[in-house]
Amino acid sequence: MIGDYTYTEFTSILAMQGFSGLTLFSVFVLMALGLAIIFGQMGVINMAHGEFMILGAYMTYLCSHFFSEYLPSLFSIYFFFAMILAFAASFLLGMLVEWGLIRFLYRRPLDTLLATWGVSLILQQVYRSVFGAREVGVTLPDWLMGSIALTDIIEIPINGLFVMGLTFLITIGVYLAMFRSKWGKSMRAVVQNRTMAGAVGINTKMVDRLTFGLGCGIAGIAGSAFTMIGSTGPTAGQLYIVDTFLIVVFGGAGSLIGTIASAFTISQAQSTIEFFLSGSMAKVLTLLTVVGILMLRPQGLFTLKIRR
Amino acid sequence: MRQNMTSPFSITRRALLAGMAVLPAFGFATSPLQAQEVATAVANTTGLAVTDDTVKVGILHSITGTMAISETGSVEAEKLAIEQINASGGVLGRKIEFIQEDGGSDWPTFAEKAKKLLVEDKTAAIFGCWTSASRKAVLPVFEQYNGMLYYPTFYEGLEESPNVIYTGQEATQQIIAGIDWVVREKGAKSFYLLGSDYIWPRTANKIARKHIEKLGLKVSGEEYYPLGHTQFNSVINKIKLKKPDVIYAIVVGGSNVAFYKQLKAAGIDMSKEKPLLLTISVTEDEVLGIGGENIAGAYASMKYFESLPNDNNKAFVSSFKGMWGDDSVIGDVTQAAYLGPWLWKAAVEKAGSFDIDKIREASPGIELTTAPEGYVRIHENHHLWSRTRIGHARTDGQFDVIYETEDLIEPNPFPEGYQ
Repeated sequence: MIGDYTYTEFTSILAMQGFSGLTLFSVFVLMALGLAIIFGQMGVINMAHGEFMILGAYMTYLCSHFFSEYLPSLFSIYFFFAMILAFAASFLLGMLVEWGLIRFLYRRPLDTLLATWGVSLILQQVYRSVFGAREVGVTLPDWLMGSIALTDIIEIPINGLFVMGLTFLITIGVYLAMFRSKWGKSMRAVVQNRTMAGAVGINTKMVDRLTFGLGCGIAGIAGSAFTMIGSTGPTAGQLYIVDTFLIVVFGGAGSLIGTIASAFTISQAQSTIEFFLSGSMAKVLTLLTVVGILMLRPQGLFTLKIRR
Repeated sequence: MRQNMTSPFSITRRALLAGMAVLPAFGFATSPLQAQEVATAVANTTGLAVTDDTVKVGILHSITGTMAISETGSVEAEKLAIEQINASGGVLGRKIEFIQEDGGSDWPTFAEKAKKLLVEDKTAAIFGCWTSASRKAVLPVFEQYNGMLYYPTFYEGLEESPNVIYTGQEATQQIIAGIDWVVREKGAKSFYLLGSDYIWPRTANKIARKHIEKLGLKVSGEEYYPLGHTQFNSVINKIKLKKPDVIYAIVVGGSNVAFYKQLKAAGIDMSKEKPLLLTISVTEDEVLGIGGENIAGAYASMKYFESLPNDNNKAFVSSFKGMWGDDSVIGDVTQAAYLGPWLWKAAVEKAGSFDIDKIREASPGIELTTAPEGYVRIHENHHLWSRTRIGHARTDGQFDVIYETEDLIEPNPFPEGYQ
């Protein structure tokens, strides 16, 4: 007996709590990956990141309607199509924004902050006009909302597992794209030395556009996946933006490994403290820790040596 | 004429009206006084925007920003009420014209727009605000320029302004009846209180805790999460560990969606009622975002549900859907917002004047027999006497009303022993 609980109860809850910590970790990584690419590789502070996520969520919403209306037989697997559509939509919109706005601001990182903030406001109002001010309900296939009961107490949410798997795949994908592909090589070359990269024949403008698009596309997938755990409304993107920046800055801009390490630290800290104290307190303590560490290590957990 | 002004409810008037086709949605028992019956100079001594044929009022809600989600329904209801009042002859024979301002989910903007509506537009009444924060922001403006605000949201109480009529329930009305019901009918012994971290959930849970402890029952946990929080797995684990009989949830906004989806995914099936979930923050509006299938089986304690079977409500629901589309839903606050213009009209016609001071004097005791929620009456403290009901959530996003209090509950914004 531990306190009022039996030993089994206590260990079961510990296991559950460990699992929710890992879910939170996956959610954080998924949120932050797109931003890490854009902020880390291009130095652009993309305040519209949350709105790109919500674009993905709205695409999922449209898909769920389309499938339940016209292809009810495939409804149980519509989510996969939705994610592809979400990626495509945010990828294209991202490239458009880069082409129309960001490319004029590369030398002025603070201005990108303002400009993308403007983009986020515009997108919010567009969502509001198109989809209505209210949140929309995304109907999910039943199998995604269920749970696997291992014992009486331990019940593993399937959507948690799904997010974990998705995060894993996307992280691997991003790793391969950045470190094992020709495009990744060009991108890293551009980050390290733009002029030289241009001189050896890399189309730096195209690389920028694709990088920005990819970051936004991943945000779209994240948004699509988060319809399982969160809300879909015009301003729902704002719920994620602070945490996302926190993770990227804490991890050290430009470092993929840093983003992952930072997501892990923050998620574990938060879910552990949440369990023993209350929710608001957990947030305060987590933020205090992050601020403390950033005071000692302003560059974040991991840094990349680059020439500006 | 004098008689008309002082007793618009007179029997003869009613008899006269009996043969007339009054608006089906609102056969309010006053006669529409004609403009010529009350001269503008008499009905308006303080320079409000009243002419012989028209009177201007303000609508002040957020139609952009975070709160637009919630406030849209209130705007729609107020416009519907105004249109219906105009169709039935207006207020003191004058057509209502409304000026709509956007609070933009920003509290200082609310104050600024309230000032504009009162000082520049000289509106005779304002229907608006939703969050307590916006109401607190406009309160000094209304008191300084002596305006009248009809405020629709259920809220934490602890306020009683001479310049506000509160058409939603204050916390004790909503909470105590709900807890009594769950204790009596479901034999609940322990409660887990959970809320978003701001004044309303905290005050509400304080009242809930006091009441639960008074009944000799147990509060097995009380927790708050920041607004917009989207990860509830830890608290769900704690709930599983502590096994309360009731999860008492006051989560709001986007967090709501996350909370119910994660609750379902974690295997807490609300229809098994182990534990049972009772909320005071989920109306039909919120269910749209949460998804009916994710909250089916939960209980909500409110004064109004769209599915109420009375005739007033059937007429109200059909005119609301006629005006705003079949897909629209009506939550508790939307209905309360709909009462605002009607209560104002009744007060004006009882007072025979648009003057704010006279409306204030006339308001207590005003009753609406044709409110969609049934019957309401304005209390001396500017809140409404109303019934509290328990709704059982269905998968289609509506609630089955399974209980209502026998008597009207007296509003008690400053509850002794609960603070």
